[in-house]
Amino acid sequence: MTLDKLPPGSEAIIESFTDDDIKLKLLEMGCLPGEKISVVRYAPLGDPIAVSVSGYLLSMRRDEAACVEVTQI
Amino acid sequence: MTDFSRKNNLKIAIVGNPNSGKSTVFNALTGMNQKVANFPGVTVEKRTGFFTLENNSGQKTSVEIIDLPGCYSLYPKSIDEQIPFQVLCDPDDDSHPDAVIVIADASNLKRSLFLCSQIIDLKIPTVLALNMIDLAERKGLVIDTKKLSEKLGITIIPMNARNKQGIPGLKQALTGSLPHPDAYFTDVKKYSPGITEEIKNVIHVKSDYAAFQVVNNFEWIASLHLKTDKTEKLRKIISDKNFKAKEAQAKETLERYEVITSLIKEVVREEGTMKGTHIRSKKIDNVLTHRIFGYIIFLVVLFLIFQAIFAWASYPMDLVDSFFAWSKQKVVGAMPAGMLSDLLVNGIIAGLNGVVIFVPQIALLFAFIAVLEDTGYMARVSFMMDKLLRGFGLNGKSVIPLISGVACAVPAIMSARTIQNRKERLITIMVTPLMSCSARLPVYTLLISLIIPSGFFYGVNVQGLVLFGMYLIGFVAAIGAAWLMKFIIRVKEKSFFIMELPLYRLPRFSNIGMQIIEKVKVFLFDAGKVIMAISIVLWGLSSNAPGNKFEEIEKKYEPASQNYDIPAEEIARQMKSEKLESSYAGILGQWIEPAIKPLGFDWKIGIALITSFAAREVFVGTMSTIYSAGDEGTHSMTVREKMQSEINPDTLKPRYDFATGFSLMLFYAFAMQCMSTLAVVKRETHSWKWPLIQFAYMGALAYVASLIAYQLLK
Repeated sequence: MTLDKLPPGSEAIIESFTDDDIKLKLLEMGCLPGEKISVVRYAPLGDPIAVSVSGYLLSMRRDEAACVEVTQI
Repeated sequence: MTDFSRKNNLKIAIVGNPNSGKSTVFNALTGMNQKVANFPGVTVEKRTGFFTLENNSGQKTSVEIIDLPGCYSLYPKSIDEQIPFQVLCDPDDDSHPDAVIVIADASNLKRSLFLCSQIIDLKIPTVLALNMIDLAERKGLVIDTKKLSEKLGITIIPMNARNKQGIPGLKQALTGSLPHPDAYFTDVKKYSPGITEEIKNVIHVKSDYAAFQVVNNFEWIASLHLKTDKTEKLRKIISDKNFKAKEAQAKETLERYEVITSLIKEVVREEGTMKGTHIRSKKIDNVLTHRIFGYIIFLVVLFLIFQAIFAWASYPMDLVDSFFAWSKQKVVGAMPAGMLSDLLVNGIIAGLNGVVIFVPQIALLFAFIAVLEDTGYMARVSFMMDKLLRGFGLNGKSVIPLISGVACAVPAIMSARTIQNRKERLITIMVTPLMSCSARLPVYTLLISLIIPSGFFYGVNVQGLVLFGMYLIGFVAAIGAAWLMKFIIRVKEKSFFIMELPLYRLPRFSNIGMQIIEKVKVFLFDAGKVIMAISIVLWGLSSNAPGNKFEEIEKKYEPASQNYDIPAEEIARQMKSEKLESSYAGILGQWIEPAIKPLGFDWKIGIALITSFAAREVFVGTMSTIYSAGDEGTHSMTVREKMQSEINPDTLKPRYDFATGFSLMLFYAFAMQCMSTLAVVKRETHSWKWPLIQFAYMGALAYVASLIAYQLLK
């Protein structure tokens, strides 16, 4: 499933990316395949979302999160 | 190994992730010895500083240090990110350094070391500053710096830049020799077979990794440094070898992270809970980004800031006015009356006054914004506002410019630089001046007192309500205009919102102080120049008349001045008013009257509209002169009375009735009457095209709105 479908509080493992540019951007920020990623919260209006990965907090828009394939754990 | 001990001059670049304390280190090294410019061709701040190194034998080296924008990786993905890439990978770049200081956040080593390893692979002498070492210790991280230094092959300085801990060690390291590894962290030849050698023939880079970077991203530097024949050669190499840049880049990044991760495992031990500070930030976020309270808290914060600014700024502003009034008197006393004296007093000093008066408000606003940014709160605001603003073609980060615009559009537009997407940044810049700035306030106050009855309506002060309404109109116009531009402006660039939400922390006041000084300087010297120039031009127009007009008027008043029953001031004011009417400015006013009559304006208002092109608040002073009400400045009581009694010769009713007054307020709400704003927009967008479009669309909006309002209400 994709990252934007994960509910707040859930954890997942990053599998792959479906967009090259987003992939590069996220890779560099430490979102590597195999890393644990958890959804901390949604913004009050539902978008963007805040995720915790590799020791820090990132915010990204849902359409960006939709490019991240994850497996929920 | 590079030995710097014999060099007299050194050029150093400082790089690091955002939020790694880079600016604190920069400030610690350079103190006040810094200046800000722009990198050529882009609106990215180039901050340069200077300091002196002294080695053990007393030899001094002067160092120029350049602060490169924070980045997570050398690979550029936007115009702002291209600067570190370009400066470090192109040996011919003006800012290419002799050595690099990498600032790492010791508690987030993986990312910082990723960037550091990239720089090491460029074969530029590197020193790593392991910053915020105190934070890492508190989190229970134990870093074997000696082993890390061996593994990376470079000098490492543990540091706590806030306390200046490690700064002397850093300086010491720069005076001696800097070790450098021979091997690369990754083998780029795997991902670009046969290519790196050919690249090195075209671009003269020393390292294979630099060649790899160039072939992946040369389009970013093509427009700036490479000659077209070189770019053609590079393109040919790529198509010949069927090289897939993004794929190669992704694979190389993955390998690099693997290397870094296993390296970190060997040098870092976690003893204790890492979670402490994260949990605290999370709890704070639960409150500050709460779906209801989050917004309420934000509005309260905004309200408090604006109250504080208006309350605290008024005292220094009065001081400024007193100082310039005193200066005027001094000059008048010291010089014989005449053209030069008048130019100095009413042109130059008045112009300076008009610029400096805004410094207290601007400084305070920037102080508050800097505090909110430094603590990490601003990132949360962008987070909460992004979805709302996106619907209007803006970005979550547009909040700062829009809010700042209520004080002054000039620094507000400068702060739009944090928006990376070109279209969103452009729209933000184009609509920010519609937010009612503080220069409009004296205009609103005067007109409201003329046309709105004082009193209360169900307990609410009516005049206050209307004033609030004007601010609301400005805001609605801004987002409305943004929405329209969303469809009209076409810019091909991908938009990223991916942003780090840093841990909450206490603001660093020395950094904030530096920022305020910097921003005020820019305002004074950029906006200031323009306002001054226009003030002087307008002074010229209003103090000169064709032919002997002024002499004729003076002759006319001669007999009156001999009559001691009439106070001299009254005569002076009347004469001044008549002179203004017959001056070039007055002639211009009468000339445009036909165009502004449908709006309910006469040529006297026309004069004020023209003089307001220097700055909006000049309106009140001009009205004072036209109605010979005396130099009351912003105390417009007498002006108001005079304006109230003015009769419209066509209707034989008061000139400033509700229709005209409201129409005039709308005009001032929407029209672009600030030359300094146009100047800043030109600077930020690098051409006259956008300020001209801005002037045109805002002028059209003002004209149409005033027209409709007057015709409907009269």
